[in-house]
Amino acid sequence: MRTAGVLLALAAALAVQTTLAGLSHGGATLVNLVLVAVVYVGLAFGPVMGLFAGSVGGLVQDALAGGIIGIGGFSKTLVGFLVGVLGAQFIVAQPLPRFVMFVGATIVHELCFQALVAMAETRGIRLQYSALLTQAVINGVIGIVAFQLVEVGPGLLQRRRARGASVSRRRY
Amino acid sequence: MLDIRQRTGYLFLSVMLGHLILISAQVQSRAGVPVLESVTFGVFSRVQGATASLVGSARGGWDNYVDLRDVRAENEALQKQLGDLEVAMQQQRALASEAERLRELLKLQKITTLPTLAAEVIAGNPIPGMQTVTIDRGTADGVLPNMAVIAPKGIVGRIVGPVASNAARVQLLIDRDAAIGAQAERSRSGGMVIGDDADRPLRMDLVSNLADVQQGDAIVASGVDGIYPKGFAVGTVESSAAGTRLHRVITVRPAVDFSSIEQVLVVMVPARGATPFEKPAAPGGSGK
Repeated sequence: MRTAGVLLALAAALAVQTTLAGLSHGGATLVNLVLVAVVYVGLAFGPVMGLFAGSVGGLVQDALAGGIIGIGGFSKTLVGFLVGVLGAQFIVAQPLPRFVMFVGATIVHELCFQALVAMAETRGIRLQYSALLTQAVINGVIGIVAFQLVEVGPGLLQRRRARGASVSRRRY
Repeated sequence: MLDIRQRTGYLFLSVMLGHLILISAQVQSRAGVPVLESVTFGVFSRVQGATASLVGSARGGWDNYVDLRDVRAENEALQKQLGDLEVAMQQQRALASEAERLRELLKLQKITTLPTLAAEVIAGNPIPGMQTVTIDRGTADGVLPNMAVIAPKGIVGRIVGPVASNAARVQLLIDRDAAIGAQAERSRSGGMVIGDDADRPLRMDLVSNLADVQQGDAIVASGVDGIYPKGFAVGTVESSAAGTRLHRVITVRPAVDFSSIEQVLVVMVPARGATPFEKPAAPGGSGK
């Protein structure tokens, strides 16, 4: 069940990511939703699921991107696993630590990704720091929002439904 | 923190390794071949090299072992062959030596005017203190007691009875009971040579103190005993000194080496009381 949920989240992230592929800043993608999903899974379900999510999500993303299959998978597997380990070792339940985790994960992922690309193409590492920081912040924000939606959303909906029902009863 | 020894750590490493392999399969190396292929080939070439080296060492060790076994068997065979060859060589050497002795004997037989019969020594001295040998000629060959026995170097001794049909005993000159009429070849001074013992020189008695016998003089048979042919070598004077009475004290070194007698000639002339010998009408036997 949990695995199915992870796969579903990854599929949704990929679908949205491909839809938002046009959003770029100087050629660099401003958001990486698959990475957000991987970090989310790692924080929420631990290192094994983070590893699994990173591996699957990265490979699929690589396959869809048309580049060297495995580089994204490697980077996301590393990030997912590390985030899962850190999330299990430390209390990462507040928005700020989670934001830091998302930002850090994005930076680590990008460094690892670019390093692997550089090695594969036998060239130097090309990093656009402004785009990287932008993407890290956006990923962090989206991640926190996702956590909030998942954790607070159901209760909020329930309260809204309950409030809506009482208003209806008063009106009618 | 991360404990790589846990199952999760192994899983992580496996997945990362899988990704690396996947990447390597797609990335081209500088040589133009995929990195995976290059790395795999490189790793497997080392494995193959190590395996080949291991197999080669094992095969070499086995071959060396087999060769060593073969070498051992071959060595044993060669040593046996060497032993056989050494025995054969000794036999050949003995045959050559025997042929040489026979040649000398034949030479003596040809140059002497006496009828002789070649004989072979078949046995040594059976009784300590008696210097005798046994030859393979006997009455069937015409051998009689008191016949002289000679060798290329000189006089050996005489036949002593009884004589068998195919064997006879020879008393050597060195026997303590043997005696031979002799004289110095140079001065013609006569006397009698008497056997003393195997390891000591002969004694020459009955030589006057006035006689001229010196060290190194050759002593030959005088023929006065009617047994030994005149003129045949007896020995060499080893020492000669004036005696306290009438006769000189003379020691004679035998001409014949009695320790290595193998073939001899029997002078086929019966003993008689007068000298010199006269050539008989017919020989008593044929040469060997």
